[in-house]
Amino acid sequence: MSVIAYIPNQEGIIKKAGFELASFAAALAEKMGLQAKAVVLGPMADEEMKKLGQYGIAKVMHDANESFGLLDNRATAKALATAAAEASVVVLAHNNEGKGVAPRLALRLQAGYVSAISGLPSSVEPFVVNKVVFTGKAIGHASINTDKKVVTLSFNSFGLHEKAVDATIEAFNSGCSASDFALSVQQTQKVTGKVLLSEAEIVVSGGRGMKSPDNWGAIEELANLLGAATACSRPVSDEGWRPHGEHVGQTGKIIAPNLYFAFGISGAIQHLGGVSGSKVIVAVNKDPEAPIFEAADYGIVGDALKVLPEFIEAVKELKKSH
Amino acid sequence: MKVLILIGNVPDTNTKVKFNADRTAFDTAGVQWIINPWDELALTRALEVKEAQAGAIESITVANVGRVETEATLRKALAIGADKAFRIDADPADAYTVAAQLAPHCKEYDIIFAGVEASDYNGNAVGPMLAELLDIPSIAGVSGFNVENGKAVFTREIDGGSQTVTAPVPVMAIVQKGIAKEPRIPAMRGIMMARTKPLQVIPPQAVDARMKYAGFDLPPAKAACKKFTEEQARELIHALRDEAKAL
Repeated sequence: MSVIAYIPNQEGIIKKAGFELASFAAALAEKMGLQAKAVVLGPMADEEMKKLGQYGIAKVMHDANESFGLLDNRATAKALATAAAEASVVVLAHNNEGKGVAPRLALRLQAGYVSAISGLPSSVEPFVVNKVVFTGKAIGHASINTDKKVVTLSFNSFGLHEKAVDATIEAFNSGCSASDFALSVQQTQKVTGKVLLSEAEIVVSGGRGMKSPDNWGAIEELANLLGAATACSRPVSDEGWRPHGEHVGQTGKIIAPNLYFAFGISGAIQHLGGVSGSKVIVAVNKDPEAPIFEAADYGIVGDALKVLPEFIEAVKELKKSH
Repeated sequence: MKVLILIGNVPDTNTKVKFNADRTAFDTAGVQWIINPWDELALTRALEVKEAQAGAIESITVANVGRVETEATLRKALAIGADKAFRIDADPADAYTVAAQLAPHCKEYDIIFAGVEASDYNGNAVGPMLAELLDIPSIAGVSGFNVENGKAVFTREIDGGSQTVTAPVPVMAIVQKGIAKEPRIPAMRGIMMARTKPLQVIPPQAVDARMKYAGFDLPPAKAACKKFTEEQARELIHALRDEAKAL
């Protein structure tokens, strides 16, 4: 019996979300007295997979079939079901692939499924996990009453925990052949040179208080200095000032970075729902009554356009003093 | 092509969330119910394609699993422009029961749309589970849809970019923001017409839930915000490094 982490394969690279899943699987396996394993699908070098051992994964099961790069959720679920035949718990990332694959896998394993959990189970028997519900407005204690369990883990909710073991890599045959892959990719557009919102540890976000899309240079400059991703509120993406992919909030992306800057964002309940998982929130807004200040840890009642250059200078000074 | 859109009946996104006394159930008193936002966007996009290309989409059906009080939400979807609706008369206990109730009635459709999640329990499982039960492919993160030369073409968001993807029908599309700019609002004519559009009520089968909520808590109260003036902006950055250890 084991706990299995399905590690996102980003063109042969494992990113932070993958190591966080490994850390989580190792901790859960220890709690349940089981072995922690990982599954990697698609081409990846052995040295890369070996890195999972630093986070407590003793065995990596690898099917190098490059068709898994098509992100065909049905095929991936079939492969994981083969790998997880004797598993007690399978944990996936709460990214688009994980959200699409995990429920399918749960059906194949006749397992109960809970998405976007925020940490280890509070109880193993019965199996109870916490997850945010009503988009940040409450926490649900979800109980799974099947033998096998499938969960997705919210990014940045568990963190990295080193626990060095020697990971053995084992090729496995997932049983997927060409006929299992139904999707065909016609075209791919990659965004390069930008920190991805979904995996950023710091996010710099702007709202209507930024007044005009022409003022976004300062947001981008601060983000560059901090190695942060840029984001925006819903009115900003609805106006077309910024692409909809940057919209954070209830109907946009739900994020939980270590640090979130909100410039000129009033903090409608739908916006707060999307960012309330952030560890530290900094708000700058002209209106002292803006609800964003109720969610914020640090705040300035003032003009975002005046404060931004000050922040930029302060960060430059900090970097110099290092 | 026949299109089916799964419609979630969820509390208005402005709802102040309350629970019953022992915090085991959501308190629905005074709650306004709406179409799950992503489902509404999927319906809007399907209507846009149907209107723009004669013959591309033969019909648009909307469906949910819920009791009679959820019919107003289905009627709204009909008022926006769907052709017909069906409701399976059961409590949506968990995603598995919803998918299992729907599966026997979804075999005739070419494209099924489901929202990326429901804005109440923030699950994301009904669409993919239904696709698994029907043994059809599913595409996650769909932010664009069109019909070109009689074939369905989807745009999906992936880590760090987007892709144009095609799939043989039947196929399930899991929809997120971007598929339509804004949800369509029903016009008076649509509301009148919706009253006479078919809404079939289907009796449920026996299905057991695989998960449940043992209880709920409200998020812990946050400490008060530390306020700085515009002139102290640089000090705030220092506090982020020295006090919050966030830089």
